[in-house]
Amino acid sequence: MSRFPIIRIITKLLIPYILLFALYVQFHGDYGPGGGFQAGVIFASALILYGLVFGLEAIQRVAPPRIIEKGMALGVLVYAGTGVLTMSLGGQFLDYSVLEHHVLTQWHVPSGQHLGIFLVELGVGITVASVMTMIFYAFAGRKHAHDT
Amino acid sequence: MIDAIDSHLAILLIVLPLMAAPICVLLGNGRAAYTLALLVSILTFACSVTMLDEALEHGVIYYDLGNWHPPYGIEYRVDVFSGFVLTFVSGIGAAVLLYAPMSVRDEIPASKHYLFYATYLLCLTGLLGMCVTGDLFNVFVFLEISSLSSYALISLGKTRRAPLAAFQYLILGSIGATFILIGIGLLYQMTGALNMDEIAARVPHEDGPRTVLVAFAFLTVGLCIKMAVFPVHTWLPNAYTYAPSVVTCFIAATSTKVSVYVFVRLIYGIISPGFAFNFLPLDTELMFFSLAGIFIASTAAIYQDNIKRMLAYSSVAQVGYMLLGISLATPTGLSGGIVHMFNHALIKGGLFMVVGCFVLRLGSVQMSDWKGAGRTMPWTATAWVIGGLGLIGVPLTAGFISKWLLLTSIFEAGWWPIAVLMLVSSLLAVVYIWRVVETLFFAEPSEAAAMATEAPLRMLIPTYLLIGGTLVFGVWTTYSAGIAHAAAIALLGEAP
Repeated sequence: MSRFPIIRIITKLLIPYILLFALYVQFHGDYGPGGGFQAGVIFASALILYGLVFGLEAIQRVAPPRIIEKGMALGVLVYAGTGVLTMSLGGQFLDYSVLEHHVLTQWHVPSGQHLGIFLVELGVGITVASVMTMIFYAFAGRKHAHDT
Repeated sequence: MIDAIDSHLAILLIVLPLMAAPICVLLGNGRAAYTLALLVSILTFACSVTMLDEALEHGVIYYDLGNWHPPYGIEYRVDVFSGFVLTFVSGIGAAVLLYAPMSVRDEIPASKHYLFYATYLLCLTGLLGMCVTGDLFNVFVFLEISSLSSYALISLGKTRRAPLAAFQYLILGSIGATFILIGIGLLYQMTGALNMDEIAARVPHEDGPRTVLVAFAFLTVGLCIKMAVFPVHTWLPNAYTYAPSVVTCFIAATSTKVSVYVFVRLIYGIISPGFAFNFLPLDTELMFFSLAGIFIASTAAIYQDNIKRMLAYSSVAQVGYMLLGISLATPTGLSGGIVHMFNHALIKGGLFMVVGCFVLRLGSVQMSDWKGAGRTMPWTATAWVIGGLGLIGVPLTAGFISKWLLLTSIFEAGWWPIAVLMLVSSLLAVVYIWRVVETLFFAEPSEAAAMATEAPLRMLIPTYLLIGGTLVFGVWTTYSAGIAHAAAIALLGEAP
């Protein structure tokens, strides 16, 4: 598909906006519709689009499978880590209320619940984006091996 | 500090393996991942032992996730029954990991080792989560975590049939999980609650509306698939046969037992036994299917030449004994069913470990290749004999305790024919165990067996830990049958 100039140009134009929209859905998810899962899928869709148009090698230069694999794990760790953080601050597991006055006081974080859900959704987003990309790699890589 | 940790034990049990799994992936090194996994599984075991002790002394432990209280939030709840299951599941999880490294090196490509240990920990997380949670939807979530990771673990087997077996299990397992989810959804519709205690308090027990009936039917069928009860057991033999030895040890010893646990919770904790056994004829149905399963699966086991497949069929039969105990709904019968979960986990885990030792040295699970291996690998072969005696239910082994409790309870109810059938079924186990014993000790050694050396100590010690356990708990029953009895009393007492 990389031979079609229109597709190439449009893809290159679109990808930044897709990524931006993913970040919007991610970080605005606690006020409006959205959240980590949706944002992760949108983010991954930008990567997958790039991969579809410019080929597997090109996308794997941008997002190497090894990094993506670690990303899958990192997201879970961020989620569970938030829970452990609340526990170490004296609350129950994932009791966001205890984050209120302990963390980043000078940043005027609006509320503990807000910060907690933000961190958890960040973890979800990282994992979902990585898993989606990894699934694409698994299928695309398989077809590639078959051709050669 | 200790107090602080103490109050979080219920969640630490889940968080430790759940966080260790991604850390294993980040480490990206098989050896480091193994060390972490072993450490975490031992800590998890320590957590469950402490909680079981606490539950025995002070009663039920509650933990509200995120400080959201029960009707709204997820509640973790450890009583004697769940503490008991947690303890043996995490104990076997640790013992299998202790046993694992050499077998894993032999059977799984080195590049996948760290992923293997990460997946193993996730599977452990799922199984423990199903026991620790007091929220029905959370049970489903953990069920999916454990199922998905066990599909992945099974597909790691050496032969090309392993992915196919995993796929078969995936199809049937997903049907089971979907049925369970539909059942949970219908119960939620009827009661507006997902917390088990809350549902139990709100659901109409006698002469329930059709929605409750349908919900119960879906949950029962779904769980029966997961438990591998006789007519819907077809995923199990292939999955156990083609999975790597270590995975078979772990899954065979824990996975179906945890599903049995959820089933017991469903009947005794949510839908009362009165509803299931008096209003509905589930007890006779369970009894029929468990007896049919015991006989047909044991007979099938006799005709297997692949020893892993033979033990897999035997597992289907053994689930029958657990269900038999559950369907009796008397303190003795139920405690027989519960203690059989534990005893069978020890026995089957131990026997599959023996198989793993033979696979390492002989490279085969075919009976013909095992000929005469008893002479070159006496310790491994002896472990098979002891485990086999336990499976049959010979006195002084753990298997005897559970069968004795079941028999006593059946006699109390006056069902003589069933008692006779149970005794006859034990003879079938004698046949298939003896076939292997005969092959090991009384046949001319095969080529592989003549050259084989004794299994390494690192594998023999954990094997004997479980096999020895069957002897210890065959004599000293304070912590097996005793706890199971306390759990049964609590379960029956709770029910209205």
